[in-house]
Amino acid sequence: MNQPNNHRRRLLQGIGVSAALTGTTLLPGAAWAAGKGRKLGRVVVIGGGFGGATAAKYLRKWSNGGIEVVLIERNKEFISCPTSNEVLSGNREFASIVHSYEGLKKNWGIKVVHASVTAIDPEKRRVKTDGAGEFAYDRLVVSPGVDFQFGAIAGYDEAAQKKILHAWKAGAQTLALRQQLVDLPDGGVYVQTIPKAPYRCPPGPYERVSQIAHYFKTQKPKSKIIVLDANEQIISKGKLFKGVWDDDYAGIIEYRPNWNVTEIDAATKIVTSEIGDKERGDVINLVPPQQAGKIAHDAGLVNANNRWVNIDWITLESTAAKNIHVLGDATLSAPLMPKSGHMANQHSKAAAAAIVEILSGRAAQPTLMANTCYSLVDNRRAIHVDSVHRYDAEKKVPLVVAGSGGVSAAPSVEEGLFTRAWANNIWADILT
Amino acid sequence: MTRVLPLAGLLLAALPALAAEKAAHVPTPYFVANCFNCHGTEGRTNSAIPAIAGRDKAYLEETLKSFKAGSKPATIMHQLAKGYTDEEIAVLADYFSRQK
Repeated sequence: MNQPNNHRRRLLQGIGVSAALTGTTLLPGAAWAAGKGRKLGRVVVIGGGFGGATAAKYLRKWSNGGIEVVLIERNKEFISCPTSNEVLSGNREFASIVHSYEGLKKNWGIKVVHASVTAIDPEKRRVKTDGAGEFAYDRLVVSPGVDFQFGAIAGYDEAAQKKILHAWKAGAQTLALRQQLVDLPDGGVYVQTIPKAPYRCPPGPYERVSQIAHYFKTQKPKSKIIVLDANEQIISKGKLFKGVWDDDYAGIIEYRPNWNVTEIDAATKIVTSEIGDKERGDVINLVPPQQAGKIAHDAGLVNANNRWVNIDWITLESTAAKNIHVLGDATLSAPLMPKSGHMANQHSKAAAAAIVEILSGRAAQPTLMANTCYSLVDNRRAIHVDSVHRYDAEKKVPLVVAGSGGVSAAPSVEEGLFTRAWANNIWADILT
Repeated sequence: MTRVLPLAGLLLAALPALAAEKAAHVPTPYFVANCFNCHGTEGRTNSAIPAIAGRDKAYLEETLKSFKAGSKPATIMHQLAKGYTDEEIAVLADYFSRQK
């Protein structure tokens, strides 16, 4: 689709942009203005999660509709990872984390295409999909999130994946893990594994443990949780989580640091660590190590540790390919910058601002981003971690502003209310 | 009309960059949008987290500065406000005071 006009469109856009850049090419500039209105170009966005969907909206909003935006997302609906741990504990309805892409279409004129991207051609600036044809772009935004390194866990093959869930992408796996917890008899053992950082949502596993502990405490008081953490300690809000676990979930949670799962036997439900320790669970939630989403690898964008994408931290443009901006969890994180939905939303605004400025013939602004991650520790109280990251011209990465950021003084009901408000507000900021 | 039109045509032809600038409005700094995540797009929300759109400019500025100084208690804003310069706080206060 869209092929016949692509070449002409690109030609026209190329002239328009160069005219805007120089301000001296009078005739083509005039022809551009007369013939194509105020079009600044076309941006294709791959991935409609917290990163990509935000980028799509803000490209339209800040270009006043001057940039045509195509959003390619394989799922028909937006399903939020943040707050999905509450679905596991029964403290939230699954339906409340599912949101429509209609707002992006109706409010912002974004063309939303439900397909999978099969290839990116950076030379011809084209994206190929598995069922919706090809799309030409002036600039491309790639926000693919993470994929799992199932190969890092022996025995975690396709058959095992049906039984042993990660539930680290919200959706069918969230509901399936909830069902396993509902089916678990009182007195059953739940095993939570946590991969070595960096992974998506640093406090997420510890929030999940807290939510499930709350479920056990109130519904299945004889049940236990064993936490097998590949890290040497709780890596986010450690004192706060530990405090809640000691005060409220004593006897329910057993925490084991430096426990790196390298093998799973799905039949016997036994996990094995790299040093041969074994643990059995009635329900095992195995969260594998992660890397940038597949399309980033296929397109040759992955250039950090064979896992992540290096980017320029002003424009969020890939250092591996021109005109391709990468954001969210797939990036090689800046120092102390978490892979979070909130952060992906902030990446997207920086990238959208940069793209609008560049296509308007102006320089991108220096970036300043902030993160806020709330975690619900039971059905009412929450804790947070936050930070502010300012671009450092010398080091060429955003660094945490000295003295900024921190964590909650203690869990509170007030922050529980803020958590729910945060979710509603960021979903609206992304999708409406 | 007959005198205005040729002039407008001339301006368009001579200043294509200006036409593009009128079309695109990235706020300066763009990172006023940092606040949208929690406080709603353009600061508009009806939630436990307060709306900041259309609030008095001086009030917003003084509140943020008090958070930054640690003289006004908060759950989170005393930590986030420390990430911004006083000049940026003034710009943020001005921006959100002008949203309706």
